[in-house]
Amino acid sequence: MLLALAVLLVFQCLGEGLVFLFGVPVPGPVAGMLLLLAALVAFPRLHETVEAGANELLKHLSLLFVPAGVGIIVAAASGSGHWLAICAAVVGSTVLTLAVTALVLQALTPAHEKKEGGDV
Amino acid sequence: MFNFEELTHFWVYLSASPLLGLTITLCAYVFAQWVYARCGFSPLANPVAIAIALVSLVLAASGMSYQRYFAGAQFVHFLLGPATVALAVPLARQVPRLRRGLFPLACALLSGCVTAIVSAVGIAVLMGASPELARSLGPKSATTPIAMAVSEHLGGVPALTAVLVICTGIFGAVTARFLMNALRIESHAARGLALGVASHGIGTARAFQVSPEMGAYAGLGMGMNGVLTALLAPWLVPLLLGWMGQ
Repeated sequence: MLLALAVLLVFQCLGEGLVFLFGVPVPGPVAGMLLLLAALVAFPRLHETVEAGANELLKHLSLLFVPAGVGIIVAAASGSGHWLAICAAVVGSTVLTLAVTALVLQALTPAHEKKEGGDV
Repeated sequence: MFNFEELTHFWVYLSASPLLGLTITLCAYVFAQWVYARCGFSPLANPVAIAIALVSLVLAASGMSYQRYFAGAQFVHFLLGPATVALAVPLARQVPRLRRGLFPLACALLSGCVTAIVSAVGIAVLMGASPELARSLGPKSATTPIAMAVSEHLGGVPALTAVLVICTGIFGAVTARFLMNALRIESHAARGLALGVASHGIGTARAFQVSPEMGAYAGLGMGMNGVLTALLAPWLVPLLLGWMGQ
């Protein structure tokens, strides 16, 4: 678990460094994720080192959004007056995005590769 | 003996240290998980939403400021970085399948990303929102740090964008199952990717609770949509606002 965390932090540092050096408009952790993905494909043995720790962290991904989410209350108090437009845009756009993404992938996937799935 | 004044002193002492913010966060989350399990893991009982509501109630009731709460909660918040890096692990497991399905995935990602930006800005403007608000809404489906940076670049309000990103994440995670069932979309790949593209990390967290495979596709959708939004929004949003006469 500790070794896995160390590997994840090293890749996050690498990602942050890369973003800083080249001024890429992407957050460091996302760059770190792409770097780790490349490393895992190049060195499959790295999988055993990080897998258990990474899965443990991802199992509790929901928890990690709580502190930022509580910030809503603070920001909402100072929000603008266009609540109807905001709600319509968030609701309408999210539903459209979910539908378009899933329908495009479904339409372009060959029928024999469409696996039976479960509920979201 | 125990008296109220001492209790107040104790509370003041406790809330000055990071311990309390951390404790409140973990307790609220454990309780939210329990409620989620009791509701049969229904998407309506989203644990992120429940935990946020609980913590907010505690803060409002105790008069504790967000800054003071965050002094403790930042330790949890910090783990978002390594957790994002960790998304590479389930993703690497899907690489053979990703190679075969690269074209469909790329098309779905691109159309999802463009839909997210165009529909958010379009609906907001049609509903009479100010251009500043529309700019803040443009990157709302991207993960928070990307969305805030893009919003700033566009001339939106990054703090408002952060709120909109969280709302989008929760709304997508809550409604995805019903929408996907209505559209008869069954594959874990399509459901996962849609969750990640439309509602970033909160959608991805939801997908991981269903299956690691769905989570892997959601992580891919979130990561790629973040990159695409950073690349596309800076020219797509001004173009769209120009067309709509704003």
